[in-house]
This record gives sequence, C-alpha cells and structure tokens, in this order.
Amino acid sequence: MRTNRMQLQFDAKSVNESFARVAVAAFFAELNPTLDEIADVKTAVSEAVTNAIIHGYQGGEGQVRLFCEVKGRQIHIRIEDDGVGISDVEKAREPFFTTKPELERSGMGFAFMEAFMDEVEVISALGEGTKVIMRKEIGKQEV
Amino acid sequence: MQTKYELEDLGLVVWVPRELDHHHADILRAEVEMLIQVYRVKNLVFDFEQTDFMDSSGIGVLIGRSRNLGFCNGVVYARNLNGRVKKIFKASGLGKIIYVISEDGKE
Repeated sequence: MRTNRMQLQFDAKSVNESFARVAVAAFFAELNPTLDEIADVKTAVSEAVTNAIIHGYQGGEGQVRLFCEVKGRQIHIRIEDDGVGISDVEKAREPFFTTKPELERSGMGFAFMEAFMDEVEVISALGEGTKVIMRKEIGKQEV
Repeated sequence: MQTKYELEDLGLVVWVPRELDHHHADILRAEVEMLIQVYRVKNLVFDFEQTDFMDSSGIGVLIGRSRNLGFCNGVVYARNLNGRVKKIFKASGLGKIIYVISEDGKE
C-alpha cells in the first residue's frame, strides 16, 4: 500500500492552531478529499492541538508534535504533547465535560474529533503527556 | 485579524472573522465584552457570512455570551450560517441555545 508521511513540531501557542490544521489539509490534499472532508479533518486537528495548548501545557510553554501518514485512502494523525496529562480519559471524552469552564471551554473537543473522524484513540496519564491518534478514510461518502 | 462590529436595531452585530478557533475566539470575546459594556448592548447578532472555519472554541464564545446576556434578558442570534457552520451548530446542539435567523428572517 502506498504511504506518505510527515511530521511537524511547533510551540504550544494558539497562533499555531491554524498553521497545524492548514498543514495537515495541504498534506492529504493528494487524496482528493471533498471540501467537507477537509473541513472535518481541520476541525479535528484544531481540537486536538487546542487541547494540547490549553490543557496539556495549561497555556504555558511547550512543544506540540504532529505526525501524519497517508496510507492508501486513509489519513492517520497523531498529536502529542508532554504536558500534564489526563487523569480520567473516559470522563474527559464525555460531551460537555470540561475542567476549564472559566475559560468558556464548551467541553465539545473530543466529541467533535469523534464526530468528524472515523476513529479517535486517546493515550494519556497524569504527568506523562497526551497522545491523540485519529484516523479517517477519504472518499468514503457516496456521490 | 480585524472584526467588524455594527449597531443595528436588533442589537450589536458581530461580523465573525473567516476563522473562529481558540486563538481568534480569545480576541473576539474580549472585544465583544468591551463593546457590550460601552454601548450597553442587550442583544448580540453573530453574522457568519464570512466564516468558513469554526471549532468548539467558537461554540464556547457563543454559549458564554448567551449566558451573560441572559442575565439581563438579552438574546444571542446567529445568521448567515453556511453549510460548515450549520454542521458545527448541529454537532454541538448549539441551535437549541442560540436563535438562528434563517434567510427569510424567521427563527
């Protein structure tokens, strides 16, 4: 199966959220995704990177790593941080659950990733950072 | 980014920028809060005509404004939703909290 990979590392700054999602969109453009598929992936990437910045690094300094792989018609994305980690991943994935209501977080981040990607896996433990792995098949929708 | 604001009969119109993510949401929230104080605005209208990207951070801004204005019986409206913004509204259930003005002017 044909594969193509790329990786990026950038500062945990909110200004890089749009950079990250646009970079991913440009990378998998070779699969000829629909506008809707591009927007779905961009939204999911934006959610994961925002989580790394706000929750992982608590708005402080750090590095976010982004790995992308095109495998046949699939796009695999892994977003990692070395931040505080998540104590209860299951709870964090519940819609409307947020640890930062004071920042007007909607608690919809993981719900959006799940809604817009085929698979979402979260690997995290307190003090050990967080890895979010997402997969989506492109061109699945019937015309 | 520069956001345009306008006072209409209905309330303060916020011309939402092209992208409403966490980064832009923080800027927008501060500006809107300031304008609400200065002009004693009761209702807000978020106009999405130019917006082609919005994530859950944008949802947070709308819910937050809706809650704050709700204390003074104010209302948050949204209008000119394109397909993408509609999808985000639907996925989050935001349409149940925010009054969406459809093209013919009705809710």
